[in-house]
Amino acid sequence: MKLRSLLPGVFLVLIFFSAALLSYIWTPFDVTLIDIKSRFQAPDTTHWLGTDHYGRDMLSMLMVGARTSIAVAIVAVGIGMLFGVPLGLAAAANRGRFLDEAIMRGNDLVFAFPALLIAIMITAVYGPGAVNAIIAIGIFNIPVFARLSRGAALSLWKRDFILAARAAGKNTTRISFEHILPNITNLLIVQGTIQFSLGILAEAGLSFVGLGAQPPIPSWGRMLADSQTLIMLEPRLALLPGLAILLTVLGLNLLGDGLRDWLDPRLRRER
Amino acid sequence: MNTKKLSRALFLAVCVACVAGSVQAAKTDVTIGMQLEPPNLDPTGGAAAAIDEVVYANIFEGLTRFGSDGSVLPALAKSWSISEDGMTYTFELNSGVTFHDGSAMDADDVKFSLDRAMAEDSTNAQKQLFANIESVENVDGSVVIKLKTADGNLLFNLAWGDAVVVASETVETLATNPVGTGPFKFKNWVQGDQIVIEKNADYWGEPAKLDKATFKFISEPTAAFAAMMAGDLDAFPVFPAPENLAQFEADPRFSVILGSTEGETILSTNNKQAPLDNVLVRQAIAHAIDRSAIIDGAMFGYGTPIGTHFAPHNPAYVDLTGQSEYDPEKSKALLKEAGLADGFTTTLKLPPPAYARRGGEIIASQLRAVGINVEVSNLEWAQWLEQVFKGKDFGLTIVSHTEPMDIGIYANPEYYFQYDNAEFQALIESFNAETDAMKRTEILQQAQGIISDDYVNGYLFQLAKTGVASSKLKGLWENSPTQANDLTGVFWED
Repeated sequence: MKLRSLLPGVFLVLIFFSAALLSYIWTPFDVTLIDIKSRFQAPDTTHWLGTDHYGRDMLSMLMVGARTSIAVAIVAVGIGMLFGVPLGLAAAANRGRFLDEAIMRGNDLVFAFPALLIAIMITAVYGPGAVNAIIAIGIFNIPVFARLSRGAALSLWKRDFILAARAAGKNTTRISFEHILPNITNLLIVQGTIQFSLGILAEAGLSFVGLGAQPPIPSWGRMLADSQTLIMLEPRLALLPGLAILLTVLGLNLLGDGLRDWLDPRLRRER
Repeated sequence: MNTKKLSRALFLAVCVACVAGSVQAAKTDVTIGMQLEPPNLDPTGGAAAAIDEVVYANIFEGLTRFGSDGSVLPALAKSWSISEDGMTYTFELNSGVTFHDGSAMDADDVKFSLDRAMAEDSTNAQKQLFANIESVENVDGSVVIKLKTADGNLLFNLAWGDAVVVASETVETLATNPVGTGPFKFKNWVQGDQIVIEKNADYWGEPAKLDKATFKFISEPTAAFAAMMAGDLDAFPVFPAPENLAQFEADPRFSVILGSTEGETILSTNNKQAPLDNVLVRQAIAHAIDRSAIIDGAMFGYGTPIGTHFAPHNPAYVDLTGQSEYDPEKSKALLKEAGLADGFTTTLKLPPPAYARRGGEIIASQLRAVGINVEVSNLEWAQWLEQVFKGKDFGLTIVSHTEPMDIGIYANPEYYFQYDNAEFQALIESFNAETDAMKRTEILQQAQGIISDDYVNGYLFQLAKTGVASSKLKGLWENSPTQANDLTGVFWED
């Protein structure tokens, strides 16, 4: 019963991950090749999903687009974890002291700005591009992970096994990484999946306004933006990348829910 | 009996329809859509085309003006005579002309306006138009313009929106409250939304047929499409999304206005940046470009291929497209000859319009096919002006040069694409001094040949004017000899 959301989630995510991985070695057509003569072709046996307004193969575009979205989101979530988790652990280890306050108020500051606004600000200053989009999305992921790991770590610090570790003479840094971190990994994985889906949405949003990956690298957000004025002419051009974004985000959310249910020890016991 | 009732009902219905119809026919205002909002409303102090699109011929007039076909017509000047040596022009002014504030327009105002435009500290965006004027005098109510050298361009230059006549009393506030002599006067401006102008009841010439006109600013092509479809706009003279035109054409409520513009759309090339400073490389780029694919792909077929920097509808135009026909093999051979058999990398910086963004993607793909790797970056207008136009920090860019007869920009080595050819500069100088029409045409044709031979820029296509209007709205300009929405002759048909 617990696998109700896990399985479809895994299924959807696997499809897009494998499409993205496959695109590194093979796509049906070259996505940088523009062939105006064969534009707006309906789906057939050569172009499974038809061609776009430049005559590029839609399936290939979506595959490489998946790669762009996933790569940006993975690295961005990675940045968030890499900085956020140690910050959160440090804050929890120094709970109530100055360092805790400094870290958490700094987090509040970043949190106070809407995530996409920070991203737009960063790309506006440093120029558009995939790398800046990654940094921008990564920065707004930091406080998410910092808060989560601080909250989870705080309750652990009161537990007996931590006391035992302290009595054994371990310092706070070692306790944080050897005892606290392994015990909050489940939480981090679940949150990571959810942040990952938000990262994909953010990447699509940034590309939509022209601040994400630059042409000729395909990206779902820009495919949507390009199809805006063509929606009456050829709705497929907007529908396909829209569906790709929808299904990936849905898949990741289902996966996140499923993982939470599956990994949570309390729920696991009921099984 | 039943039929009688029915016919009576029908008769009534027809009557109601007639009344409704006549109510509609009585419409005397118009709402015009524009993509860009003007930064201010002073055509003598700003370069933005959007200024002229609101005020030219509507609010402000000059001594001469452009007709819809690009010809130079009399405006505030009723007639003129030119001295034997071509150095002195005498303009007779129309009588009874007043500014919108009620004060009379006379030769002193003309002198003030031109003196102001050509002054040392003038902020006029097209100062070069007045560079050859020695002096402007009021001689018994007529305007006498003395030139430094004989100049066949004067009447043309005076027709520009930058040469309109303004009053010394109102000149300080023109930017927000324009006061001119035209058939419309400024009413109000809601920043970010709309500008309203209304009929000038005291106009000296033939009065406007409309009572009121509203210019609405909609930058998003999708929103522009929706606003036209919903009937919020009566016309969008420069419609930003050519892909939607087929839909308007199929709809009887609208008519699509196709015309020519002065916009030579070119792949501007930094002639001072290696390896683009090599003519072989520029020629290779020219042969790598497939114009028809760009016109189809970026403009959905609207546009005329050009082979030089000159408008095809101009009688002096020479078709030089054959000199840079699409031939990727030749392009590769030329690159090899230039010592770049492995290709090279350069930048392509694109401003926002669809012709640039879409054309840029297509050109990047075409150049990649011959081994030239271009890094595409999309810029906003402000960034483009800063980096490309002023900073000259670019390899390639795509832009439409919409000023009429602007081949003279190639004589300015400081201009952003930095073409420096003494022969060409001498030729343009001789053109400016020439007053004989035949010889002027000859020189222009020679000039077109030189820049085509030097492959200064990639010449793509002449921008078409693709407008949409309600099918009952008549009298809008079909072509764009200058950027303007001249509403003087616009009216609603019954």
